[in-house]
Amino acid sequence: MASLDIQGVTKAFGATNVLHGIDLAVADGEMVVIVGASGCGKSTLLRIVAGLETPSSGRVLIEGRDVTPLEPADRDIAMVFQTYALYPHMSVFDNMAYGLKIRGLPKAEIRARVEEAAALLSIGQLLDRKPRQLSGGQRQRVAMGRAIVRHPKLFLFDEPLSNLDAKLRVQMRAEIRRLQKRLSVTSLFVTHDQVEAMTLGDRLVVMHEGRAAQVGTPMEVWSRPADTYVASFIGSPAMNFLPATLTEGGAAARLGGGAVWRFADGARPGGEGRAVTLGIRPEHLLPDGADGLPLGVELAEPLGSETVVHGRLPDGTALTARLPGGVPGEGLRVAPDLAALHVFDGEGGKRLDPA
Amino acid sequence: MRKKVIFRGAALPYLLLMPQMAVTLVFFFWPAGMAVWQSTLRQDAFGLRTEFVAFENFLDLFHDPIYLNAAWNTVIFASSVAALALGAALFLAVQADKQIRGAGVYKTLLIWPYAVAPALAAVLWLFIFHPSIGLVGRGFGALGIEWDYRVNGGQAMAMVIIAAAWKQVSYNFIFFLAGLQSIPSSVLEAAAIDGARPMRRFWTVVFPLLSPTAFFLLVVNLVYAFFDTFGIIHALTRGGPGNATETLIYKVYVDGVQNLNLGSSAAQSVILMIIVIALTAIQFRFIERRVHY
Repeated sequence: MASLDIQGVTKAFGATNVLHGIDLAVADGEMVVIVGASGCGKSTLLRIVAGLETPSSGRVLIEGRDVTPLEPADRDIAMVFQTYALYPHMSVFDNMAYGLKIRGLPKAEIRARVEEAAALLSIGQLLDRKPRQLSGGQRQRVAMGRAIVRHPKLFLFDEPLSNLDAKLRVQMRAEIRRLQKRLSVTSLFVTHDQVEAMTLGDRLVVMHEGRAAQVGTPMEVWSRPADTYVASFIGSPAMNFLPATLTEGGAAARLGGGAVWRFADGARPGGEGRAVTLGIRPEHLLPDGADGLPLGVELAEPLGSETVVHGRLPDGTALTARLPGGVPGEGLRVAPDLAALHVFDGEGGKRLDPA
Repeated sequence: MRKKVIFRGAALPYLLLMPQMAVTLVFFFWPAGMAVWQSTLRQDAFGLRTEFVAFENFLDLFHDPIYLNAAWNTVIFASSVAALALGAALFLAVQADKQIRGAGVYKTLLIWPYAVAPALAAVLWLFIFHPSIGLVGRGFGALGIEWDYRVNGGQAMAMVIIAAAWKQVSYNFIFFLAGLQSIPSSVLEAAAIDGARPMRRFWTVVFPLLSPTAFFLLVVNLVYAFFDTFGIIHALTRGGPGNATETLIYKVYVDGVQNLNLGSSAAQSVILMIIVIALTAIQFRFIERRVHY
């Protein structure tokens, strides 16, 4: 158990820059989830921490010790791979014991540790099997077990749940979180799934094109996204974006269709006419027969207690709303919960807070 | 996707099978049958009288010190060729599997020897090992080592082993390289994170995963050393000096073609046939069991 510091890590493959300088401090026992679309550099970052890739510049510190020049073997870490990467020719027991044998632990202790981990993961009855005789979920548990028995300073997870079916994924997700809390091992978890990220992480790192777009707790990232990318990536269905211009001295915004939305939390800087992007989550749009915007419904997805409505405003802007109750009738009008309105710069997409 | 064609009537499918059947029958089963029949016969020196002797040819062979010597030579020769060809190929494949500059050129060059005809390969090795004109042969001489494979049986054996193994390295190399590349890199990375150094990773993870490939190649190499090395031995040493490099397959030729002892030669062929059938059977039985994926 230890802290992890990533300082100014960059990585270039030939002329392609994959990471543009990542800084991250993970506290002892914390679980940080790195989330982003494929190709954003999240796996590369994890592999740099593991020592499987060398950074082009920057340092990785585990427990305050610079491990950048060290081999993976010398970093005292454990990693769970997307493909599980079990040794196909070894039994489950030998898979889990491999790292311990290399460290030269006494046989009795190896057995004790493996059995303890197997009990924890309820795979005790599988110890004699070969990986090919196991189901996906069982392999996943063995891979976890192989990491746990080592008592490493750091757990690394490289999209470990993406090869499981939906139901098992939810189950394993909860299990990983429970185990991590119980063992309180510092962990880095890489995923492309924002639900996984929200539910697993003490903190999230949302990565976009080799940069950390935002670092924060799940609720911070959800309620105050740093830019339009983070805003669209976190939350499902995704946030709506509406182009608008500031008006009333920055205290309100005028939409393309002419409607004016007044900010609940104060004026934005930049003055009259500044281009902004308004963000409103589908669940923050409410049916409003009087003042709302008319929404031409194109598709309604009833989910039982609520309905997701995809439609267009009169000026053609696409808008998604999550409304309570069943499928709405003709002449739907929706209005935003102005307290939940996000304002972003019209050009860079950065969040604009009240001046 | 497999397409299944359904024929109307039985004539056309049999007709389509005919060419392959004919080739197999005429060029494999007929000669093999003839060899089996011939191995039970004995002719006089002039080929005027032939008598049926049943298993006598075989029994004679097992009491013939020259035959037993050839069998022993074959054991030495085949195991050395297989060990050398497999070991060298595995070493080279492991090197080629690393990310190195010019890997493509390196791999291509390693595959070339397979395209060299056995007789040409033998001539190449003659130019290397010949005591008076060969590079290595003269080098040995300069170092004061008495090198002449034309008199020293041990040296002759070493030379044919090296030449025969050299030709087989390419074949083994391709299979080992493919085997190495089919090992998922994440498994090796997992081993590295588990603390295994490269040598340990090789012996505890890579080599066990390669073992089905290695076993397949072992059988192929033994078959090669038993049956396909006639050309090399013939061009290099003609089985000599004495009978030092005379293997079973070479003795089949000597007894059948030079000594015209057809009955004994046929009996020797039948023994070799049984050996190759046994090797192939082992191959088929084990290869399917020992694959890990």
